[in-house]
Amino acid sequence: MQPTQHAYAPAPPGAGPFSSRPATRHLLGLEGLRRESLIAILDDAERDLTRLSTDRSPTDELRLATVVIAMFEDSTRTRVSFQIAAKRLGATVSTFSSHGLSLSKGETLRDTLRIFEANGADVIVVRHSSPGAPAYLAEQVDSAVVNAGDGTHEHPTQGLLDLMTLRQAWGGRFDGRRIAIVGDVAHSRVARSAIFGLSTVGVAVTLAGPATLMPAEVERLGCTVAGSVDEAMDGADAVMALRIQRERMEAGLLPSLSEYTRVWGIDATRVRRMKADAVVLHPGPVNRGVELAPDVADGERSVILDQVANGVAVRCAVLRHCAGTPRAEGSGTSRSGRRAGGPAREAA
Amino acid sequence: MSPVTVIRNARHWKTGATMDLAFERATILATAPAAAEVVLDAKGAVLAPGLVDLHVHLREPGQGSRETIESGTAAAAAGGFTAVACMPNTEPVIDNIAWVEWVRARARAVGRCRVHPIAAVTIGQKGERLTEALALRQAGAVALSDDGRPIEFAAMMRHALDYARHAGLPIVCHEEDVSLRGDGHMNEGYTASRLGIRAIPAAAESVMVRRDVELAALTGGRVHFAHLSCAASFDGLRDAKRRGLAVSGETCPHYWTLTDEAVAERGTHAKMNPPLRSERDRLATIEAIADGTIDCLATDHAPHTEDDKRQPFEMAPFGIVGLETALALTLTGLVRPGHVSLARALELWTEAPRRMFDLPPVKLEGGFPADLVLIDPVAEWTVDPVAFRSKGRSTPFAGMRLTGRVLATVCDGTFTHLDPGLAVARVGADSGAVGATR
Repeated sequence: MQPTQHAYAPAPPGAGPFSSRPATRHLLGLEGLRRESLIAILDDAERDLTRLSTDRSPTDELRLATVVIAMFEDSTRTRVSFQIAAKRLGATVSTFSSHGLSLSKGETLRDTLRIFEANGADVIVVRHSSPGAPAYLAEQVDSAVVNAGDGTHEHPTQGLLDLMTLRQAWGGRFDGRRIAIVGDVAHSRVARSAIFGLSTVGVAVTLAGPATLMPAEVERLGCTVAGSVDEAMDGADAVMALRIQRERMEAGLLPSLSEYTRVWGIDATRVRRMKADAVVLHPGPVNRGVELAPDVADGERSVILDQVANGVAVRCAVLRHCAGTPRAEGSGTSRSGRRAGGPAREAA
Repeated sequence: MSPVTVIRNARHWKTGATMDLAFERATILATAPAAAEVVLDAKGAVLAPGLVDLHVHLREPGQGSRETIESGTAAAAAGGFTAVACMPNTEPVIDNIAWVEWVRARARAVGRCRVHPIAAVTIGQKGERLTEALALRQAGAVALSDDGRPIEFAAMMRHALDYARHAGLPIVCHEEDVSLRGDGHMNEGYTASRLGIRAIPAAAESVMVRRDVELAALTGGRVHFAHLSCAASFDGLRDAKRRGLAVSGETCPHYWTLTDEAVAERGTHAKMNPPLRSERDRLATIEAIADGTIDCLATDHAPHTEDDKRQPFEMAPFGIVGLETALALTLTGLVRPGHVSLARALELWTEAPRRMFDLPPVKLEGGFPADLVLIDPVAEWTVDPVAFRSKGRSTPFAGMRLTGRVLATVCDGTFTHLDPGLAVARVGADSGAVGATR
């Protein structure tokens, strides 16, 4: 008997963290997003990038929108990037940080999130250490939800900025390209979003890294696993180095950083194995001299700072999309009536 | 004279023969009289001894928001069970005779089936000091288990097995190497990798099965493996039986019905420990049942509150309810596809578990206790957790269409569950037994 033969009724409310795939208003992950949707966000982000490069004054596109950035896990880079993006669009921005167990005793995550909703949040940007937490949140509240990183699951805006950076480096086309992703794939939400997004737009993904840091059956996500970094990088169009955390040594997953660097570190010699126009990405922050040699991190092939700049543009595009004001409708469009009977929201 | 109840036109669970069965008070009569005070027309439904579940969490003492002895036994009765063995991982832990006696007394007062307490192997399930196995047995404990908290140290398990022999009690082993489990929350494999959920390899279970097989050989102690879920564990049990060791094992309906892919759509309602495994393990579960490696079936009914289960996956506790879907999942997943016969399936829920824990036998013959279940093996129904008698509502089977329905349950001569559609003729006024609560 195949379980799939059963006629499942719709899951009851709150059935589970992964039961609803990204709806149009949410960005919960890149898995399952169609190629056209990805490309549309990237195109939108390119327009933001062009404008931001010349004009840093806020627009009034999200003038009526309230964006709550809820960080249940430490984050500086992503928080700053989202804050700048939201302000560039003229939104009211509120940031909440609560690390670890500092939620008041007895208050559930759901309670906290409903407070944000009651405060009038149109978009909740959430980072949480628990995989599936943003999808769970999307089922609990009426606000649009943007996943800013959920444990070891996904980090979709990072995946989008990686796509954007690669498309720029590759002259606007993904077809026929191949990327090597090197390092701690098992603990990396960046890697998962990259694998899902890149395979959707037709980029081949080759993984390399220690067996202790490779997820089980990872090939079924739509990538191949190479026996060595050299093999993965030979003839590749890009390489993405993942950050190595020192905890992996304490957990007995790695013998030492120096051995990691010798075997999986990316230096200039390895970079030369790739195609002449190939680029080097890293989600940051870089452990210089561990996963990336300093001359590679700062070298002419490095697009790490482009990734950061693209991050703001991508997050502008995502916030606009999730707040329900596509650029085509012009700026300042409110979403009145989305929530029947909801409180009227004044301009920010 | 007390009223006599007759069930007419039933089908014997083993022989398939049409039969009438009568009972008076708590005892089955040798022959059904021509007239009786209460007459129930079974219309060809299958009559069997009441089902037994050796692995249930009734959550009392101490966790009454999840389940109580009253609600848990009501769920058992609705599921066709007339006896359950309840696990001691309560608050406090059932590790002394006072709590064993309390559970039994509470069950007598409010229970709707027989409740056989399982006592802890070690004080507080801490894996440090043995409980008083002999006194616990005398107080009514039917087995010992640190279920939910595996005994990590092999030497401790060795001593426990040695000592439990004096009491003649089996040790029910929740097999899990805690270091291999780590911070895992679901089975290791494609789905966990896709969802980014920290994973538990199947070997976390099977390496402990292998360890305790060797300790059973060393001590001659009686080992019963709880909720086995993976191919390698079944192989371990198979090998042990080949060696003639005193080991046995159970598995649960979710392991032959679902795989870890159910987590993607059912979320925390598909989170239990051991976790749902791969398709290969699911097929191995069916094979181990069909070839007799598995000795009996159990539910691992583990209710939680709605708030606890309504959380992101890794934050929610392990455990689903099972009493009210167990029989239908057996008929749907094992009998209908032809993996085992109806008689064998029912044996795995009746005679087999009674044998495992040395519980009094029940036969459809005069003199045996009137612990019965009446089953429509072809009726279809849809699982609706809201209708559960259990306080727990978390099940991965919500909305699933299942085959096989419990029409009536009789425990100790009293109807503890009666399908509203069943025709019962009452003669005279003294027929309060039908539908009465105990």
